[in-house]
Amino acid sequence: MDKEVIIEKINDFLIDEFEVESEDISPEANLKDTLELDSLDFVDLVVAVESNFGVKLVGEDFVGVKSLEDFYNLIERKLS
Amino acid sequence: MKRVVITGMGIYSCIGENLEEVKKSLYEGKSGIVIDPQRIDFGYRSPLTGMVNRPDLKGMLSRRQRISMGEETEFAYMATIEALRNSRIDQDFIDNHEVGILYGNDSTAKSVVESNDKIRDKKDTTLVGSGAIFQGMNSSVTMNLSTIFKLTGVNFTISAACASGSHSIGMAYQLIKAGLQECIICGGAQEINPIAMGSFDGLGVFSTNTENPAQASRPFDSNRDGLVPSGGAATLILESYESAVKRGAPILGEVLGYGFSSNGDHISTPNVNGPSRAMEMALKQSNIKASDIEYVNAHATSTPVGDANEARAIFEVFGENGPYVSSTKSMTGHECWMAGASEVIYSMLMMQNDFIAPNINLETPDEAASKLNLVSKTLDKKFDVFLSNSFGFGGTNSALIIKKMLV
Repeated sequence: MDKEVIIEKINDFLIDEFEVESEDISPEANLKDTLELDSLDFVDLVVAVESNFGVKLVGEDFVGVKSLEDFYNLIERKLS
Repeated sequence: MKRVVITGMGIYSCIGENLEEVKKSLYEGKSGIVIDPQRIDFGYRSPLTGMVNRPDLKGMLSRRQRISMGEETEFAYMATIEALRNSRIDQDFIDNHEVGILYGNDSTAKSVVESNDKIRDKKDTTLVGSGAIFQGMNSSVTMNLSTIFKLTGVNFTISAACASGSHSIGMAYQLIKAGLQECIICGGAQEINPIAMGSFDGLGVFSTNTENPAQASRPFDSNRDGLVPSGGAATLILESYESAVKRGAPILGEVLGYGFSSNGDHISTPNVNGPSRAMEMALKQSNIKASDIEYVNAHATSTPVGDANEARAIFEVFGENGPYVSSTKSMTGHECWMAGASEVIYSMLMMQNDFIAPNINLETPDEAASKLNLVSKTLDKKFDVFLSNSFGFGGTNSALIIKKMLV
């Protein structure tokens, strides 16, 4: 899957399902703080990734994932 | 001992989704019973039910708050914001006072079944999402509302079958009376969906009068053939008299007494003695005579045995020339876990507006009911004191006595 498509899909579910304001979305945005995601939201992020990309993330996958760019890259890696 | 008053009410029911709509329906004797086609496909004996709209809470609550709520909690939220508004309690007051919550609820069937269906399908518990656990616990209403409103007082759910809502008011009354709390949000919530009521339908106790749904629920009538399930939510704000006066709150009524008992008998068949003892206890606690009660909002659900035994119990307690009696379940159906709270609100609306709502569909009272002073047509009548009965599976009984507050 193209990185562009991955980014678009992630941004779409962040806006639609997680109700993140579109202006808060940028590659350098901090996944936890800027997007106001708490520990429970990470469970729902796993659900959203599974339903959108068919891959299952586990807790360790998030180690080192700070920005939205890191998250795009994580999904790209998982899909490759 | 402190005096306990009601300072706010909110309702989300099949005869109206706010106090004003409900008052009008009660006066007009309007039924909220419909046919739910889903139940026919699902294998129900009876597709009859009360129905409310699922509220759209987007824009009112955050995603995090919404995903932890099943439908019973959504209904309870709607009723609670109306009650808090009418009680003139804002977030600033809640932040600076120890406000508690005691709410009646006895199932979260849809949330539990749907989340487990998802786990079965995915074979992975994580993929059920983070909201499922908070939707599925029986204390879902109190855990969600206490978090949303940032409550810091007493916080737990009361599960007592179809008397849950009534016991929640009774327990709130006891805590405030004893000086342990100043202000408590209480009430009852009931989910409405096929998953919630299938096993109840299976007992064969639901009316099958589908030809005319509005006539299906007919408490005390000789031709009754069973109850009609229903739901929604009802919230009351109970407060010490001192707290209400101090903040200039509207004082709508005073809770005078709460009687309770257990039948010590059959799991589903009600008896006469248990309800009688609950009513007697409420009267004793209220320090009033049976003849001071002007209206009884009966539990009567429209089942053959239940209504007859309640009629005998009411006659045993009040005797000849007793108070006016009606069952608002003739209009709403049986709101189960919510009923004890909603029926206090229905009675309060009648008392505030000088009328007694009719027991609709009452054409020929049965032998036991014929000894009661039943109201089958709307009665324009000023009254000051009422008693509300609620009974549930397992033989749990609750009777509340409430008086108009004259200030």
